[in-house]
Amino acid sequence: MSSLIGRNLLAGAEPDPAGDAGYGDHPPRMGFFTDTSVCIGCKACEVACKEWNAVPEDGLELTGMSYDNTQGLSADTWRHVAFVEQTRPLPAAPDHSGVDVFALAAGEPDGSAAGARDSHSAAPQAQQGADLTVVPSPDGRTELRWLMSSDVCKHCTHAACLDVCPTGALFRTEFGTVVVQEDVCNGCGYCVPACPYGVIDQRPSDGRVFKCTLCYDRLGDGMEPACAKACPTDSIQFGPLEELRERAAGRVAQLQAAGESGARLYGEDPDDGVGGDGAFFLLLDEPEVYGLPPDPVVTTRDLPSMWRHAALAAGGLLGGLAAAFAVFGTDRKG
Amino acid sequence: MTVSGSGVGRDGVYGERPGREAPGGQGARTGRRRGRKGEQLMVPEAEFGSYYGRPVINAPTWAPLDIAGYFFLGGLAGAGSVLAAGAQETGRPVMARAMKVSSMAAISASAAALVHDLGRPERFANMLRVLRPTSPMSVGSWLLSVYGPAAGAAAVLDATGKLPRVGRAATAAAALLGPAVAAYTAVLAADTAVPAWHEAHRELPFVFTGSAAAAASGMALAVSPTAENGPAVAGAVLGTVLESAAVRRMEQRLGMVAEPYREGTGGRLMRAAKGLGVAGAAGAALFGHRSRAAAVVSGAALLAGSACTRFGVFHAGVASAKDPKYTVVPQRERLRAREQERQRAAAAAEPGA
Repeated sequence: MSSLIGRNLLAGAEPDPAGDAGYGDHPPRMGFFTDTSVCIGCKACEVACKEWNAVPEDGLELTGMSYDNTQGLSADTWRHVAFVEQTRPLPAAPDHSGVDVFALAAGEPDGSAAGARDSHSAAPQAQQGADLTVVPSPDGRTELRWLMSSDVCKHCTHAACLDVCPTGALFRTEFGTVVVQEDVCNGCGYCVPACPYGVIDQRPSDGRVFKCTLCYDRLGDGMEPACAKACPTDSIQFGPLEELRERAAGRVAQLQAAGESGARLYGEDPDDGVGGDGAFFLLLDEPEVYGLPPDPVVTTRDLPSMWRHAALAAGGLLGGLAAAFAVFGTDRKG
Repeated sequence: MTVSGSGVGRDGVYGERPGREAPGGQGARTGRRRGRKGEQLMVPEAEFGSYYGRPVINAPTWAPLDIAGYFFLGGLAGAGSVLAAGAQETGRPVMARAMKVSSMAAISASAAALVHDLGRPERFANMLRVLRPTSPMSVGSWLLSVYGPAAGAAAVLDATGKLPRVGRAATAAAALLGPAVAAYTAVLAADTAVPAWHEAHRELPFVFTGSAAAAASGMALAVSPTAENGPAVAGAVLGTVLESAAVRRMEQRLGMVAEPYREGTGGRLMRAAKGLGVAGAAGAALFGHRSRAAAVVSGAALLAGSACTRFGVFHAGVASAKDPKYTVVPQRERLRAREQERQRAAAAAEPGA
């Protein structure tokens, strides 16, 4: 076990999960960067995922809590668009008036960037004077900010679902992603409470568990996953994880410079409790606001300690009962 | 809500707002309030954010009767095998045979419960497709596949009187593997993201083995003549004391995550477990040697107490998974402590400070 820990196979930074899973020559680790700052909540990702993967219907409930009637990830929902309505005042809305969208669409990379940055630097100062603690309520309405975020399986570096799977149905692909083999899964359900994000779930009508495969079938053919393909704003970006991390660092710096102080990356840190996520996010508020755990930890990090305590307890049970017999000695009643 | 430091301003986001009863279309607010069906969250004071009060992690899909029942039966069988071997070695033939039969029956029923709980029971053999040390369920499956036949052989060979040497070896093997069967189920529960289980991973094995010792001793008290039941009385007291001490320590260490062990279904079961266990152990210690009837009643109380412990732990875990509070608040605390630690280190490193 200690060698496992030394090589960070149970927890900690692990640069090459696919290599550690036994793939000699493998493609780079692939993943998602979901930039929620440009998500418009259209749910094209949910639909594309269902269509491509033939995921069954997941209930037609109206929740009444928001425009989110999907509610969360499940065996039958592999992409879920969270929809948060907030009454907080906006810190400093980035002013995009200087952005020439036609120039952007035409593929001129820097055409608008300079102008946009200028207006960004001016806008926050202009708004700083206003009292930001007062929530404006035009026509008595106070819902000021909508946060949309397309949630998905995180394809953890240290995937608890995979670690605890007793059948080997869950496996690490050559792309570093985590996939369920449906012909092996026997529906024991252990992965369900093991996932620190509440992603993988059992389909009651079927008995087995299901989750996002990061479109393993499409990746094998050099295609991007269906959700990323369908996303109209490039909120869902697919690519080699290293490249996505660089891009995300640039994006979060850009947003913060523009006054969006709440912008932060979630799940990109290889030193976090799950060794970093293969699918990470740019969020505009605390993770729990989106239904994400603020500090997830892979449960198997503590497994050596668990086995140690269990061994001690088992030894104690054996020793204690043996002592009971030793004290009372041999029965001489006859 | 500490990440950017301005806690007061941010609290406003989660603060009370009038007009919650506004008709649909206005939508619900995020934060602590439960938007579904207009319910208000019952625990208003815990300061944490959530997505419409929805759970962060998925609760186990396991059926309580199957899995908590399995925890109980596995403990009864495992500790029972130790008692059987001890009884055999110390010349207590009635207890030895009864405990061998009890362990065989319990482990057979628990295997049936495990298979029954699978989403695809016909694929139960896939459990032995790989051996994975990081999966307590895989380790447990292999353990059961060795322990089960040993416990079965011990019982059958004792009852038939055939192959006495093999019977003795099987009895010894079952006695050595039994404690592992009783203890590993605690790791099975703890190796999840369920807060009330995972956070209790140090104490839970002792809760489970204590409970197992009490259950098996209870069974031994119920089925042995009074002349033979001395060690069972000692086992009952030992098991009950160990279990109570471990539960106590667990509740102290867990802080707010211990709430599900005190409240709701889990709390009721844990209280019942304690009452039954203490009553059973006391009854056995005081009257177990003298009265057969008292021994039977005490044994039944111990068995019921052990079952209550397992169902209590199970329900507490499920309750802790269903309320986002138990996932978010401890994690926030962790982040806050880490941040403070970082600031302290930074301040210490600064020469002017």
